[in-house]
Amino acid sequence: MTFDGLLALLPIILSATAAIVVMLGIAVCRSHSRTVNLTLYGLIATLITLPLVGGVIPIQVTPLIIMDSFSVFFIAMITATGIVVTLLCKGYFGERDSENEELYLLLLTAVLGAVVLVSSRHFAALFLGLETMSVSLFAMIAYTVRNEFSLEAGVKYLILSAISSSFLLFGSALVYAEFGSLVFSDMLSLATTSGWTPLTAVGLSMVVVGLAFKLSLVPFHLWTSDVYQGAPAPVTAFVATVSKGAVFALLLRYFASADLFQHYPVYAVISLLAMASILVGNFLALQQNDLKRLLAYSSIAHMGYLLIPFVAGISLGKEVVIESLSFYLVAYFITTLGAFGMISVMTSGEKEMTDIADYRGLFWKKPGSAVLMTAIFLSLAGIPLTAGFIGKFYIFYAGVQASLWPLIFVLVIGSGIGLYYYLRVIVAMLEEPGPLKYAEEPLGAFLALAGLGVLVIILGVYPSPLSDLIYQIARTFGV
Amino acid sequence: MILFWLIFILLLGGGLAWYGERRGPKMPGWISLGVLALDLLLVAGIWIGSEPSLALTGAQDASWILDFNVAWISRFGINFHLALDGLSLLLVALTVFLGMMAVACSWTEITERVGFFHFNLLWTLAGVLGVFLALDLFLFFFFWEMMIIPMFLLIAIWGHENRIYASIKFFLFTQVTSLLMLAAILGLVYVRYKNTGTFSFDYGDLLNLQLDPALSLWLMLGFFIAFVTKLPGVPFHTWLPDAHTQAPTAGSVILAGVLLKTGAYGLLRFVVPLFPDAAQSFATPAMTLGVVSILYGAHMAFAQTDVKRLVAYTSISHMGFILVGIFAWNEWALQGAVMTMLAHGISSAALFIIAGALQERMHTRDMRCMGGLWPEVPRLAAIALFFSIAALGMPGLGNFIGEFLVLIGSYRADVTLTVFASLGLIAAPVYSLIVIQKVFHAEQRETHRLWDFGRREMTLMGFMIVAMVWMGVYPQSMLDLSEPVLENLDQLVRFRN
Repeated sequence: MTFDGLLALLPIILSATAAIVVMLGIAVCRSHSRTVNLTLYGLIATLITLPLVGGVIPIQVTPLIIMDSFSVFFIAMITATGIVVTLLCKGYFGERDSENEELYLLLLTAVLGAVVLVSSRHFAALFLGLETMSVSLFAMIAYTVRNEFSLEAGVKYLILSAISSSFLLFGSALVYAEFGSLVFSDMLSLATTSGWTPLTAVGLSMVVVGLAFKLSLVPFHLWTSDVYQGAPAPVTAFVATVSKGAVFALLLRYFASADLFQHYPVYAVISLLAMASILVGNFLALQQNDLKRLLAYSSIAHMGYLLIPFVAGISLGKEVVIESLSFYLVAYFITTLGAFGMISVMTSGEKEMTDIADYRGLFWKKPGSAVLMTAIFLSLAGIPLTAGFIGKFYIFYAGVQASLWPLIFVLVIGSGIGLYYYLRVIVAMLEEPGPLKYAEEPLGAFLALAGLGVLVIILGVYPSPLSDLIYQIARTFGV
Repeated sequence: MILFWLIFILLLGGGLAWYGERRGPKMPGWISLGVLALDLLLVAGIWIGSEPSLALTGAQDASWILDFNVAWISRFGINFHLALDGLSLLLVALTVFLGMMAVACSWTEITERVGFFHFNLLWTLAGVLGVFLALDLFLFFFFWEMMIIPMFLLIAIWGHENRIYASIKFFLFTQVTSLLMLAAILGLVYVRYKNTGTFSFDYGDLLNLQLDPALSLWLMLGFFIAFVTKLPGVPFHTWLPDAHTQAPTAGSVILAGVLLKTGAYGLLRFVVPLFPDAAQSFATPAMTLGVVSILYGAHMAFAQTDVKRLVAYTSISHMGFILVGIFAWNEWALQGAVMTMLAHGISSAALFIIAGALQERMHTRDMRCMGGLWPEVPRLAAIALFFSIAALGMPGLGNFIGEFLVLIGSYRADVTLTVFASLGLIAAPVYSLIVIQKVFHAEQRETHRLWDFGRREMTLMGFMIVAMVWMGVYPQSMLDLSEPVLENLDQLVRFRN
């Protein structure tokens, strides 16, 4: 392996090292704050060495891994999210007795898995990354074992995740049987020479189904609300952002490398998944009074929105798809992290603040938190001045360009329904205050969330730097 | 740059007003009045300094009174492009004027969270100014949405008993239909992209596109539905009576006075010029909707017992005239539509202030509880009579000029529809005078101890009366400003045909 290759693997090496160091640290001396600091150092080191990687890209390291601007972009998002989640965990678990240090070890391995996932170019790397991430997540979700919901959520995620992985494995085996290669981009050349067979179609569908489980697309969404509700709020934030975002990035790379957008059956299946996710997600969210469940169903709808550019890929180039998805994912990461982050910083003691009624009158008791939360929810609803709007603009832009009028119509309906339940939360905060007392937010986590809030507004008002960057990434993809 | 400041001063003032609450409960009001006065000075300066003949629009080489254009989102060719011509100048002046009235009329009504109230008020106004000034369709959409959020908060926080329902309904109607407009904007931009290979959301670039007729009709409908919802026209009107009734007085003033006008402005500036052929083929259905709105609004107004709800339905009726005028599309009708926009802005705002004043004094809006108020509040009653008469279209006052011109113009376009539209002029006295009869005359059912209009309220009503009379007696001063703009729009459309 060349020096450049090692340099390119730096994010993977550093996050793995951080995990080992944290593990040894816990073995030597249990200390919550020291563990948190070690985790933060590891993640920050991963993040700040990314420019070094940027110097050698695009580069393929071993047949498994590719580092290009696309992977670096997503690694940056994943590690940054990891940092925020660590800060949230610090506030959330700091006050709980029992031993919480291993959570950070799991967090680091999950990050490691996600990093591998977004930079894989081969089914083997895909599977390794996905499993590293998922196995860490089982334990993270069930981490507060004394809470029965948490345990139930962990088991549920474990079983369904294992099933989806087996689908994925079997699907990739079938694809391999047909093409004789596990490299994504080999499918492109092989498919054009040999054409599509039923075996390929079945294999591909199984791969898509396996990934759809992780993305909680309808009809593979049944685990979502229970897992979101049962997991501790910072862990939910991580599941909702990193685990979904990394899988989406992978799906995107797979489709773009193998140019599967043009494949009609895939197009039809994904259109259906998109429509079902948007409608079912939004309708179910309408009836929730629990904020975490509401966000769970709304995230199903967001995943549906994200599929629209995928469908648009049939008539547009992959650049447009990559571009719109990347921007929307950035907006989704920031807002989802912000929303679950707010739940986790508002919580003190054992019971989480997840009932919408808990937030009644927040505007008058804690104007700072309420304004932050309003910005986040408006962004989720896609209202201008926020990042969410620019994201939705990208989705509309891809959909209209490809003349997907039925999907655009579903998107409009879905956004309308979405608006209603996001407004319910905002309206609750504006009502007359209830008797509930709110605890002081932990400072570090709150500052991180405030930073996210500012980012929501900046990206909403002046998205140019980010949109230019993403445009470059999309244009140079696969070149 | 002045145009940017017009908007930015209000945004800044909003933040300042919110913060200023710490310096005493009256401080936010003074700050708002101050920034609005500053804006009014700027507008007056532009008005005096402008040469109406320069105010051409539409053509590629349009010379606007003022123009401000900087790159914003370069990836999609989106610019921060503001420009002002005679038409926008009139509407901007109306917005700032009514903004001051709204601040003044809520001086004693709003006692809680005063700072945040003024923040929302000023941000709504800033959004409206943006809508009237934006010449980039993305920017237009941006402001279009931006004005809704603070308005939503105004209704949801300071509204009356059923405020949550009303505010959510308002938000949903405007937001969902505006997403249709977003899709239409993108469709239009994409057509141009396919032709030229570059992205542009600029108004000037998107005029004169060759569109496929079927596509053109769909895209036009996207815009049309968004604007008619805001106008509002039947059948997209159901949010309005609720929103108006539940909003605080200042909210109703802004809603009726300027927010509804953004819909009319959109039809005039965007729908017809961007899609002349589609608009022409759609003219009869659109005018029919207008006539239905006129008659339906009048009918419903007559049946109301809630003062604010009544005024809300009259708004629907008057806005019907605008819809008819715009789709009749000739110089008379367009001038009439513009005059109706201005005159209805003043008269409905004044009527809402009066309704708000009654509610502040009697704690009810139900006309069945009122009656025989004239001797108790003679000044309030006389002013209410003045604006009712203005609203019913008495010659010599602004509304008459507008509706009369619309009818003359639409007579040339469609005789049958005009006959039905003019029935609205008969219905108007019925519902206007019934209010005066029920509230101020009739038999007194309960004894009240009410206080009449004081110095503050008389001053602000005085301004509005002057404006109303000015429009009625010397409309030429305003027609001169809008004429070149309308003529130019007219030529642009005719050139295409």
